[in-house]
Amino acid sequence: MPEPVAQENFVIQTPERVAAVEAGAHTLAGVGAGLELSAGDAHGLSGEAKSQSRIVLGRFFHQRLAMIGLGIFALLGIASIVVGHFWQYSYTSITNNLNDPPSWANPFGTNAIGNDMFAQVMAGVEKDIEIALTVAAMATLIGVTIGAIAGFYRGWVDSLLMRFVDLVLVLPVLAVLILLSAKLSKESDNWLGLAFIIGLLSWTYVARLVRADFLSLRERDFVEASRALGATNRRIIVKHMLPNAVGPIIVNATLTVALSIIFESTLSFLGLGVQPPNVSLGLLVDQGQDSATTEWWLFVFPVVFLIVLILSIFLVGDGLREAFDPKKSRVRA
Amino acid sequence: MTEPALQIDRLEVDFPTKDGVVHAVRGVDFTLAAGEVLGIVGESGSGKSVTALASMGLLPKSAQVRGSIRFQGREILGLKEKQLTKVRGTGIAMIFQDPMTSLNPVYTIGWQIAEAILAHQDISKNAAKQRAIELLAKVGIPNPAERVDNYPHEFSGGMRQRAVIAIAMANDPEVILADEPTTALDVTVQAQVLDSLRTALTETGAALLLITHDLGVIAGIADRVLVMYAGRAVETGTAEDVFYRPSMPYTLGLLGSLPRLDSDGSERLRQIPGSPPSMLGDRTGCPFVPRCPLAAEICTTTEPELVVVPSVTSEEGGHRAACHFAEAVGRGDHGGVFTDGVVDNVVA
Repeated sequence: MPEPVAQENFVIQTPERVAAVEAGAHTLAGVGAGLELSAGDAHGLSGEAKSQSRIVLGRFFHQRLAMIGLGIFALLGIASIVVGHFWQYSYTSITNNLNDPPSWANPFGTNAIGNDMFAQVMAGVEKDIEIALTVAAMATLIGVTIGAIAGFYRGWVDSLLMRFVDLVLVLPVLAVLILLSAKLSKESDNWLGLAFIIGLLSWTYVARLVRADFLSLRERDFVEASRALGATNRRIIVKHMLPNAVGPIIVNATLTVALSIIFESTLSFLGLGVQPPNVSLGLLVDQGQDSATTEWWLFVFPVVFLIVLILSIFLVGDGLREAFDPKKSRVRA
Repeated sequence: MTEPALQIDRLEVDFPTKDGVVHAVRGVDFTLAAGEVLGIVGESGSGKSVTALASMGLLPKSAQVRGSIRFQGREILGLKEKQLTKVRGTGIAMIFQDPMTSLNPVYTIGWQIAEAILAHQDISKNAAKQRAIELLAKVGIPNPAERVDNYPHEFSGGMRQRAVIAIAMANDPEVILADEPTTALDVTVQAQVLDSLRTALTETGAALLLITHDLGVIAGIADRVLVMYAGRAVETGTAEDVFYRPSMPYTLGLLGSLPRLDSDGSERLRQIPGSPPSMLGDRTGCPFVPRCPLAAEICTTTEPELVVVPSVTSEEGGHRAACHFAEAVGRGDHGGVFTDGVVDNVVA
């Protein structure tokens, strides 16, 4: 690594160095150590040492689009919780106004049975985020575990696990979701089950990604070095290799959040996802589509929120990918 | 006499490949006494590293290993992975060639030393970090209390290798295997790293197996030397024996190819013509034949065994060489091969 402050090495005479030289450290090592000491101090002057995570975060926070995405996502998340607790109507409460257009009392209008659409849309956002985060957590957990084991052990373990991944990949996702969620849809509080099903079908991509990363990581010298130090396989996988693969994992988890919202909306739109009285954005779009031309507020608000929510997550994902990309011009480490 | 730290007998390592079996190591014996420094010299592909990796059980599963490797009297070969992890780090530690890649880029130096300690000892993280600072100080890292929180990319190559040495010292091993620890560093830094290595030896009382192709490094630090060629030991003895009474043409060639400070600078560096033989398949005769200026009829048919040759030190039987003409070569009766510019003629 080039030292940008190389010429300062010979300028800065730290007390320690002078002391070291005066103490008669005239061996090659002693003088060398003294030189490097001053290099270290000069380095200290040139800026605080940055850890990898801080570099990545720094790059992430410098991207305007990503920050907008993160802002919108945070705003939607917080708003949905706040509205759920403090708005005058809950998403289940029924007002006396039927099919009212947006007004001060009902900013997003009301539907045919008098539900406040603002409360409904915000409840939909909350449910969507809940489902999406559950799916992403599940998919990442399963995918990372299977990918890491396959990539680390290779051989028949790898073949077996990857053929299993292929098997899951060739399942027509929508058909399986429809089949499985048909059972679930009979229960009223089914969103968690729904999230589990989507999660069980979306981990394959993470698994392949992590496996590919581990296949190259396992050949790196530091893995061999930690094995030579007596680290167990589990310790090597969890403590030494996983932190090196964390970039793609995080980026992919973010994209999984967005994709699972799309999945959930598709299912709910087909009437197989979240069931009333629970609401999700997909369900609201489904319910509002018939009246899209007449009571436009029943259709437009859920659609707009759905699109904005998904877009904001994609923006965050893109920003993270940029931030983790080592080929991008970087803040000096 | 106490148990030797590491004893290797008739070690053979084969790697089956598509094109046939590669005989990487073909019967190597040596003993590493406690606290001793043994240097293994040889060209690339002579089986040095494979021998070291075998002693830690780090060879790939495809490798077929025969013979015996005993660490403090205990057989290493055939040990279960679980038992091996107990030996690694605490019993035998290893220093790798390239400090740029043998440190984990996402962790601080201190974390990595502490990790080595915590892998074997049940102490608090704080205590481990304190120990890491102590170790860094011992290997000559200035400002250890601050540098302990640096990442590998903030260290220079020499400092990194010293950090690697600190990691190797962490669990007070009995044997340290250093696989070309200075090869990736420039010459000025090599001396510092060797100093750190010496410190590590005095601190831990460990024996050192130093693998290198740099005879200068060996001369400075090793008690005994083992010269390897084509997967076999071709000469072994004290450093004095090998340097002052080389009894095998290959050793002679290695020594002859060193630049000399006492030459007037007009001479060319001497080389050993040709390249090391392929280790694929079986062979008869001495593997050095194609490159040996002394090769005779017998060399092509019979591979010479290691035999005792005269020693310059008093220890009889300590100097052995594998050459049909070992006695003659040892006496200096070799027609000046590799020393008087004959090589140029051979090539021509």
